Amino acid sequence: MADPKIRIEGLYKIFGPNPAAAIELVRQGVSKQEMLDANDHVVGLKDINLDMAGQSIQVVMGLSGSGKSTLIRHINRLIEPTAGRVLIDGQDVAQMSKDELRDFRRHQASMVFQRFALLPHRTVAQNVAFGLNIQGLDSGEVDARVARWIERIGLGGYENHYPGHLSGGMQQRVGLGRALATDADILLMDEAFSALDPLIRYDMQSVLLDLQAELNKSIVFITHDFDEALRIGDSIAILRDGEVVQQGDPQSIVLNPADDYVTDFVKGINRGKVIKVATIMRPATDDTEGPKVDGDMLLEDVARLMTREDTGWARVVGASGAVIGVVSTADVMGSMVRLANDDDTAEAAQ
Amino acid sequence: MPSWLTEFPQLDRTTLVELRRGLDQAYRGFSREFGAEIEAFFDPLLFFLVWFERLLINAPWWVVIIAVCALVWSLTRSWKLIVGVAIAFLLIGFFGMWEDTMSTLAIITVCTLVSIVLGVPIGILMARSNRVQMFFMPILDVMQTMPAFVYLIPVVMLLGIGKVPGVLAVVIYAIPPVIRLTNLGIRLVDREVLEAADAFGASAWQRLVRVQVPLAMPTIMAGVNQTIMMALAMVVIAAMIGVKGLGQPVLQSITNQYFTQGLLNGLAIVALAIVFDRVSQAYGKRMQQHRGSAIHG
Ligand SMILES: Nc1ncnc2c1ncn2[C@@H]1O[C@H](COP(=O)(O)OP(=O)(O)OP(=O)(O)O)[C@@H](O)[C@H]1O
Ligand SMILES: [Mg+2]
Repeated sequence: MADPKIRIEGLYKIFGPNPAAAIELVRQGVSKQEMLDANDHVVGLKDINLDMAGQSIQVVMGLSGSGKSTLIRHINRLIEPTAGRVLIDGQDVAQMSKDELRDFRRHQASMVFQRFALLPHRTVAQNVAFGLNIQGLDSGEVDARVARWIERIGLGGYENHYPGHLSGGMQQRVGLGRALATDADILLMDEAFSALDPLIRYDMQSVLLDLQAELNKSIVFITHDFDEALRIGDSIAILRDGEVVQQGDPQSIVLNPADDYVTDFVKGINRGKVIKVATIMRPATDDTEGPKVDGDMLLEDVARLMTREDTGWARVVGASGAVIGVVSTADVMGSMVRLANDDDTAEAAQ
Repeated sequence: MPSWLTEFPQLDRTTLVELRRGLDQAYRGFSREFGAEIEAFFDPLLFFLVWFERLLINAPWWVVIIAVCALVWSLTRSWKLIVGVAIAFLLIGFFGMWEDTMSTLAIITVCTLVSIVLGVPIGILMARSNRVQMFFMPILDVMQTMPAFVYLIPVVMLLGIGKVPGVLAVVIYAIPPVIRLTNLGIRLVDREVLEAADAFGASAWQRLVRVQVPLAMPTIMAGVNQTIMMALAMVVIAAMIGVKGLGQPVLQSITNQYFTQGLLNGLAIVALAIVFDRVSQAYGKRMQQHRGSAIHG
């Protein structure tokens, strides 16, 4: 991999009266709970090391209080680190001067908020223009760019409405438009869709994926919803009590959850939407007949295709078009349902 | 029994007298020394006040009513209010109180403007730092509870009798609500919206004028409204130190027991108060319209 867009090295954040002293204790292995009980310090983040590739969506997920918001706020330094480095294209955000930091926030990283954080006294268009006004662009340039983004995020016709009169989904489109309008390469999204109803949330995920296909931003997306993480993440990092417990692409996390905490997340999900057929195929045999499916195809889609064709076997082809393996209906079905209740069935059988 | 148990151990009379005399003389000396400079400092204010008062009095009455109605329209877009305002002014003129009402209107307007110009920045400073807030809070408490007559004394000693000391007295009495509510309004601005401003790289100034003040505006306006009401309440007291307007006929009525004259002028003050109150509230509400249900995002 090329150099990461964002590299987080040895990042600690400790809230409390004396973080500098507290961090020594944490480094010596004093637990989060002990720090809280005995020392009045909250360990927000503990030794985070994370590389985030550019032009992709990095999801950070974890339960409430696991430190997700704290982590994402270090990337544009809304929160000062207690120790560690946050490198953006090799430059440490924590070392930036006030002016450099302001410039960085104006041009390189923008943010979308869980509760939208729009300005209620300004119209949709004026809200989208916010970052550009802050940059000090002249009004002609601002108007042109705002008009373009309003079209792009599907808010045409709502320019002169006020946010208070829009639905949550529409408001978050405004929030997204405001963030995109600055043309910043990095987009920080802190539970941006968590406040929305499930259907609207799904819509907004699609909007984001469409935009990303075209724009190739470097997106850091926070969520506590594993389904959402699987759907939009190119890569996922899982946080627990301020520590990264696992990171990797969605499939690897589903197939090999690192511990019980991750297993709990993985349990409830639809594996057919995550696992690619190449992962479960058996070696190719010359005499197998059946439709050809792409190795990157998801199990759910393969199952649908095989059912439609009413066939017991399918042949998996690689990027070159050559057959690289085969799967049976039973293989596909087995991999899809196995896990949903893997442990439960095992326990029930005993 | 020792005497300090039966009688309060107070300063003896001569010391007290000397103390009072000493302080008074020191202050008198100060005002003799600097009174002229201080008066000169307030000259522009006096000039503006006199100009504005003349303008209101010299303009034909119907021009004033039309102008006031136009202002009310631009602020509130409410026909009902305009009709009410017009009727109030017509009645005031009909009962022969036009000129005094214009004088009062002028001084109230000037006092309100001065209160806003001084009060809003002070409120902003208080909101930015707890220390500044701790410094100003007791001062505001004293300003609001000290009987107005008491601070009339040094004002009059310093500047004599007239319009400027009147404005000063009214402003001292009426400014606390603007300051308090500006401070409060800015402190109540949604943290997430402020975070958004920071995240987009706003400077402290941009954050203040683009986010904090606009979001605090409804609260600030409530303060301005209260300030206007308090300024109107000071009209009679201000008349005691020579401020022309509706207060003077009231004072006259007290000494001469003219009940009807007192009542009519009192009613005129009430009418002005209602007009100011309704207009500023309707304006505040109109500013709020767009907020819909999702206040502060
Ligand atoms: N300013 C602060 N002072 C003290 N403790 C804090 C502060 N900010 C966060 N914390 C603590 O740090 C931990 C992580 O908080 P954070 O807000 O990052 O969690 P989160 O994963 O975003 O949770 P949520 O899903 O609820 O948003 C929590 O235990 C929280 O109480
Ligand atoms: Mg959070």
